[in-house]
Amino acid sequence: MNNSSNTPILQARGIRKSYYKNQIELPVLRGVDVAFARGEMSALVGRSGSGKSTLMHLLATLDQPDEGEVWFDGNRVDNLSRRGRDQYRNREIGIIFQFYHLLPELSALENVLAPAMISRSVLGYFRQRKSLTARAEAMLDRVGLLDRKTHKPCEMSGGEMQRVAIARSLMSEPQLLLADEPTGNLDTETGESILQLLRQLNTEDGLTVVMITHDDAIAERADRCYRMQDGLLVDRFENEPANPASASRGNIATKPLARAVSAA
Amino acid sequence: MYRLLLCFRYLRTRYIALASIISVTLGVATLIVVNSVMAGFSAEMHERLHGLASDILIECHASGGMPDPDAHLAEIHRVVGDDIEGASVSVHVPSMLGIDFNGQLITRHVNLVGIDAETYDTVSHFGRYLIHPENQKQVDFDLREAGFAETRENFPASGWHYRRARVAYERALDEERARVEAMDREVAKLSTTLPQHPNDSSASEDGLIDEDSPESLASAGPSLGPLLPPELNGGDTSGVAATFDPATEQYPGIILGISTCSNKLRDDAGNVRDHYYCRPGDDIRMMFPSASENPKVLNQKFTVVDLYESGMSEYDSTFAFVRLDQLQEFRGMIDPISGVKSVTTIQLKLIEGADLNAVRDALRKRFPPDQFAYSIQTWRDMQGPLLAAVRLETTILNILLFLIIAVAGFGILATFFMIVVEKTRDIGTLKALGASGSGVMSIFLSYGLLLGIVGSGVGLLGGILFVDNINEVAGVIERVTGQEVFDPTVYYFTEIPTILNPFTLAWVMAGAVAIATAASVLPAMRAARMHPVTALRFE
Repeated sequence: MNNSSNTPILQARGIRKSYYKNQIELPVLRGVDVAFARGEMSALVGRSGSGKSTLMHLLATLDQPDEGEVWFDGNRVDNLSRRGRDQYRNREIGIIFQFYHLLPELSALENVLAPAMISRSVLGYFRQRKSLTARAEAMLDRVGLLDRKTHKPCEMSGGEMQRVAIARSLMSEPQLLLADEPTGNLDTETGESILQLLRQLNTEDGLTVVMITHDDAIAERADRCYRMQDGLLVDRFENEPANPASASRGNIATKPLARAVSAA
Repeated sequence: MYRLLLCFRYLRTRYIALASIISVTLGVATLIVVNSVMAGFSAEMHERLHGLASDILIECHASGGMPDPDAHLAEIHRVVGDDIEGASVSVHVPSMLGIDFNGQLITRHVNLVGIDAETYDTVSHFGRYLIHPENQKQVDFDLREAGFAETRENFPASGWHYRRARVAYERALDEERARVEAMDREVAKLSTTLPQHPNDSSASEDGLIDEDSPESLASAGPSLGPLLPPELNGGDTSGVAATFDPATEQYPGIILGISTCSNKLRDDAGNVRDHYYCRPGDDIRMMFPSASENPKVLNQKFTVVDLYESGMSEYDSTFAFVRLDQLQEFRGMIDPISGVKSVTTIQLKLIEGADLNAVRDALRKRFPPDQFAYSIQTWRDMQGPLLAAVRLETTILNILLFLIIAVAGFGILATFFMIVVEKTRDIGTLKALGASGSGVMSIFLSYGLLLGIVGSGVGLLGGILFVDNINEVAGVIERVTGQEVFDPTVYYFTEIPTILNPFTLAWVMAGAVAIATAASVLPAMRAARMHPVTALRFE
């Protein structure tokens, strides 16, 4: 793998994707080119229907583009075999969802262990069980939930569930974190703590974070911001850390709230 | 790893799925109970059928039978001697049994069999089913003193002891009757002078005793002696009817099937009781054809020396056994010049593991039916329709019960589809975390397998417990419903026989597990094919 810092870690080239309904083509992405630099915290912002979620699914190889390519760390990933894409999702990237998507039958610790279990056979898992459990506990500790490790998702709050989801996404030591509306289902305060956690991971561990959001206030917290509209990338700008000027581009209604959060 | 963990978790948390496999459990339990009861019944039946019928039966349909059985046996030994463990010759003759019971003659059609007591036990389990414990060891056609079926409830007193008491009673009764009759005559004589003279008040000791007039004895009760023409009386007491003393002597011995001379009835309290028309120590008579070319009916008196109870009503109600040499003599089956005796039947017992059909076919080849009027059959041939019926019943029951489990399989299918729909987002999550389609599929397949194992395992335990306590269960059902489940007047076992065959258990288990797993294939495939993005967005 190419680890030189000047190549983008994740790149989309000329991505087109359409959905079909009753043989009518509904274009969702109409030629998107985007590159995410290593070690940066970026945000894809756009209204619902702008195609940002579809782009994220394509970047995570959960879906395949009609046209265009997805490159990860110098390798093309969109045309990999099913197995190759499964491994890419399992080992190279971590994904966080708006609705956390924890498995309700498993405890917090088991949820964190899930990616490790998926990539290993029963025997392989049992051989490495101690080290894997230790790593999962370390990840839970990292998100501050080690004391909740035996709790089931239904016994946790939304913020706690999202922390567990983050711990899970870190389990297989990815270089890249894809976060789909990570705070979309949380109140402002909890959302803030999640954002801080992501930022912390970015700065301390050098993790590349790609965040998808409809909220300009949250997008402002990223180093770099890409705006999407009608399936096209329409704008790209860099945020100064806590720069109020860039906030003027955001939604007026959310502006005071965003300020209050950043001041807090 | 996650597959195992998840399907165990699903098993513990999805009670609806557990409910859906209750039908599998019930089906498996029913299959096990039905199969073991059927196996118990048919094993018991086989045992009895086979125990009575020898392995191979060679019957001669001529009324005179086949002459010189020793030559036949020698020939049979020459043909299939390696497979033969024992052989016995006998005479089978259709006959009518007459029992005098309270002055009425009860007649039954029976198959009179003359057996060679020495060899008959080598070809069948004849002795085992006799009532007297000594006769079970060695058959004896002489009446025994007592000790018949001491363990049996309500079995009447039998043997010499009973016979002497009965004779003494009959004699006393005859004497009393004769005395009353004499008195009646006296009264008739006096009636011209004394018109009103009640009998009972004039009992006096001076009545004349009319010795044994046949008419009075005929109406006197169980004694049969005078009913028979004197020339037919007695085998070994030939021609001594006048001096035959039933208190010390007996007619030729006969062993009757228990159902030929008894009746199973239910008393007021609902208990099954046997009522005996005659018992060891009583005399009966048999009417059967002679072996000559112009058959005549022979009327011969026998003394019952034992009863025979195999539990197969077919045998118990149609067989009576006497000594072979006596029957041959009565029927004139001994050539007066050469002294060669004839028999109608040769029974063979084969060594363990011998091929019945091969031996039968070899014998048929040696005695082809177009030259010899012999029918050569194995015991299975003779009971073929019955055995086939039981097999058919078992097969059909198994098919029906497996259909029940298959219906349960569709229940599992529906439940699994629901579970897959419910788990759509989790399936999406697993795929997003890198689980493959086949991995997701195997979660649901192993879930189905696990459900099948749990369901049929519980069914197996339940079935085995039920079978182990089937008689208690039957008792409880009887108490609750008031309906007898297992009627001993119909069946000849007092308890429901059961056999748990490990092979049957194994294939019932395997079948049920396979059905449960098969039912989960479609839902599992649906889960595997689910598109991750659609699954993740599923609300």
